[in-house]
Amino acid sequence: MAITLGVNGTSHQVDVPDDMPLLWVLRDVIGLTGTKFGCGIGECGACTVHLDGQAVRSCQTPVSSVGSAKVTTIEGLSEDRSHPVQRAWIEEDVPQCGYCQSGQIMSAAALLDGNASPTDEDVDAAMKGNICRCGTYQRIRAAVHTAADLAGKEG
Amino acid sequence: MSAWTEDGIGSVWEALGARAVGSGPDGGEPAAKAGVSRRQFVKVAGAAGAGLVLAVSIPGCGPKDRAAGGGSSPENAAFKPNAWIRIGSDGRVTFMIDRSEMGQGVTTALPMLLAEELEVDVDDIHYEFAPAEKKYFNPMFGAQGTGGSTSVRAAWEPLRKAGAAARMMLVAAAAKEWGVDPSTCTASGGKVTDGSGNSATYGELAEAAAKETAPENPPLKDRKDFRILGKPHPRLDTPVKTDGTATFGIDVRPEGVLIGNVARCPVYGGKVKSVDDSDAMKVPGVRKVVNLGDRVGVIGDHYWAALQGRKALKIEWDYGQWADQSSEKIAATFRDLASKPGAVARDDGDAEAALGTAGSRVHEVAFDMPYLAHATMEPMNATAHVRKDGCEVWAPTQFQTSTQGTAAKITGLDPSRVEVHTTYLGGGFGRRAMTDFVEDAVSLSKAAGAPVKCVWSREDDVRHDGFRPANHHVVRAALDGSGNPVAWSHRVVAPSIMRLFTGQPLENGLDTEAVEGAVGMPYSIPNVHVDYHDAKVGVPVWFWRSVNNSFNGMAVECMIDELAHLAGKDPYRYRRGLLADKPVYRRVLDLAAEKAGWGKSLPSGRARGISVFKSFETHVAQVAEVSLQDGKPRVHRVVAAVDCGPTVNPSIIEAQVQSAIVYGLTAALYGKITIQDGRCQQGNFDDYLMLRIDEMPDVEVHVVMDSDADQGGIGEPGTPPIAPAVCNALRALTGKPIRSLPIQV
Repeated sequence: MAITLGVNGTSHQVDVPDDMPLLWVLRDVIGLTGTKFGCGIGECGACTVHLDGQAVRSCQTPVSSVGSAKVTTIEGLSEDRSHPVQRAWIEEDVPQCGYCQSGQIMSAAALLDGNASPTDEDVDAAMKGNICRCGTYQRIRAAVHTAADLAGKEG
Repeated sequence: MSAWTEDGIGSVWEALGARAVGSGPDGGEPAAKAGVSRRQFVKVAGAAGAGLVLAVSIPGCGPKDRAAGGGSSPENAAFKPNAWIRIGSDGRVTFMIDRSEMGQGVTTALPMLLAEELEVDVDDIHYEFAPAEKKYFNPMFGAQGTGGSTSVRAAWEPLRKAGAAARMMLVAAAAKEWGVDPSTCTASGGKVTDGSGNSATYGELAEAAAKETAPENPPLKDRKDFRILGKPHPRLDTPVKTDGTATFGIDVRPEGVLIGNVARCPVYGGKVKSVDDSDAMKVPGVRKVVNLGDRVGVIGDHYWAALQGRKALKIEWDYGQWADQSSEKIAATFRDLASKPGAVARDDGDAEAALGTAGSRVHEVAFDMPYLAHATMEPMNATAHVRKDGCEVWAPTQFQTSTQGTAAKITGLDPSRVEVHTTYLGGGFGRRAMTDFVEDAVSLSKAAGAPVKCVWSREDDVRHDGFRPANHHVVRAALDGSGNPVAWSHRVVAPSIMRLFTGQPLENGLDTEAVEGAVGMPYSIPNVHVDYHDAKVGVPVWFWRSVNNSFNGMAVECMIDELAHLAGKDPYRYRRGLLADKPVYRRVLDLAAEKAGWGKSLPSGRARGISVFKSFETHVAQVAEVSLQDGKPRVHRVVAAVDCGPTVNPSIIEAQVQSAIVYGLTAALYGKITIQDGRCQQGNFDDYLMLRIDEMPDVEVHVVMDSDADQGGIGEPGTPPIAPAVCNALRALTGKPIRSLPIQV
């Protein structure tokens, strides 16, 4: 079916099955490959994107359910890695293989949108849906706090 | 391609030995003939190739390979003093990286080695992944590949020499131009200057430098003069891994690419009896179904179409000889083997006699550990474009040489017609040294006559892994009157990875890799016997982070802890006493104990456990602090002490040790692949669990700086000690020893 999607501020017309997950529409049809496939069952968080600012698992989001919600992917978080979460990730040198990090960053950005200064427990609760097989969790925790500080300074 | 059988996975080794490695006039004996042990393989590859290693050390330094200078375009004027470095007349320094980046940080550590001697800033080095070519062979493998924690060890000297040679050629060119003695010139920050005000950038000198002769054996800096090495430096690949622009294998999209997904026989070694694709072909977006003999591929416009098409296939399988296999039967096979003497791997003194001596206390323990999947975050995938006269492969591979050989074999093309593009790897851990995912892409592209990216589902990825072998151990020890061990006997039963890898029978029944860490048992005991049984049980096995050290370390380090307990001694001091002649072991053991506050009181309900283990030439000691929460083990803190000899980037060392601990802890707490009816029972992260951020202990990494120890690797050595440290802590807490994984208390 023909569907119109608003992704990172651009409107895309796609003709795909209506049960096709948003993840594959983004990756294989629109060509935004920053959002990753990890499990296909909503267990790993690699495919996390924002729908109207809320973190969702795009592998569990049928494209037909998106409607007029604004989709933001890692490519749309900022144009120049200037989002506080991206700057914090660079400052703390978080990524190893890097594959899960788009999803981690999108989850962290959504967390900070709703909670400007999360505790370690808040971070664990918000981020435990995102698996990192390289085990970068300690630096992720540090980076979320750093991002909160950076965002706070910008006020 | 040959399907998997218990006599060899075939394709990787064949591709390596038959076509790509041994075919050249100076390639010598195919590596496959070198022997069945990876260690022997390394040795032979190194020795046969005194010439080869030299050639690899500074390839391209010979006159024949030297880049021609003097052209007018920047590319023609590029200065390419060796295989790794290109300096354009615009001053851009490009490093052709001959290793795969899978998170371990080679795209930072290797440029640091180069920058130190080339006298440029690390951040001014741009890297590109090298194509599959002999000049990029890993001298520790005799092939182009990444694994065994070898990258820095293999590159430590050659890359610094490569940088030094290039710098000396740039200086020589400058000195000639200025009519001064080269000794009056200094290279620094990408420029050459002399005492009298002359100055030129490397870019300005590149063309002239290309005409200079490369020094044969350039002198290297003293370690005390390092300005880069041994100091933390941010990873060069971090920025592209924070904005979605890093290209992993799964992100490759050549023009007109179709997407494939492949159904494999659920029982290992099975074949397709018949396939009915009529429903699959009705799925919108499905283009083609390809019967590959032992598997069936579906090609569609996108992954979703391919996956739906694959689900609609009606396949009748010939399950082959392993359809009745189960974990219970495998365990019984292991136990039966363990009751008989195995192939002897180490024999000091007379362990049997000492175990039988009247008056000695004999302690016998069996350990069991399961199959484990790699579960890299990026599921297996590759992209290929097969044409009549050539083939391109884009692959997140750890093994370029076998990727090239595999594609050559499937297409019938000469390996030189196969262009391999290495992408970033979304995790490797050994898994991506297999070529099954490359075979899929090449076979489907050949069938489709179009570029095809073949993507595995997570379930395919878990179920059709080459698993860390399941294993069984019987360890017996005898203690004298004062509690010191006088005899140690360790029988290892584990399916051989090297038998599958090489497709050759084991020499005298011994896989020297499989007993790694058991043979290396470091404690001073007069009578030691280690032997081994291979087991053909119908489950594919492969290299998994730290390989066989992952289980032998558990057996050795839990056993020694049990002996300390029996002797009524402190497990740290007991180990220390038995390591009097092993100063590096003692150094890390002492450091971990000190930093962890060993012996100091803990809140009630908590306990510490300790372990020390050497693998990949790196010594690691760990102290884990645990409690039980709702009857489940909770690891609060891990203190690791690491001695890997000379260091390159302490920040990456810290990250790698944390990573290796998470990998090993995940396995210790959750990891278990079970077999029923010949097939893997797990499939995704809901039944093959991963450690998550809320379970992450506070991991402290203490690196011995300025160590005089041999240089070791860092990607893997942090993994083996964590399971025994945690198990030993739980024994201290509950009094109950833990002898099988995953941990159950």
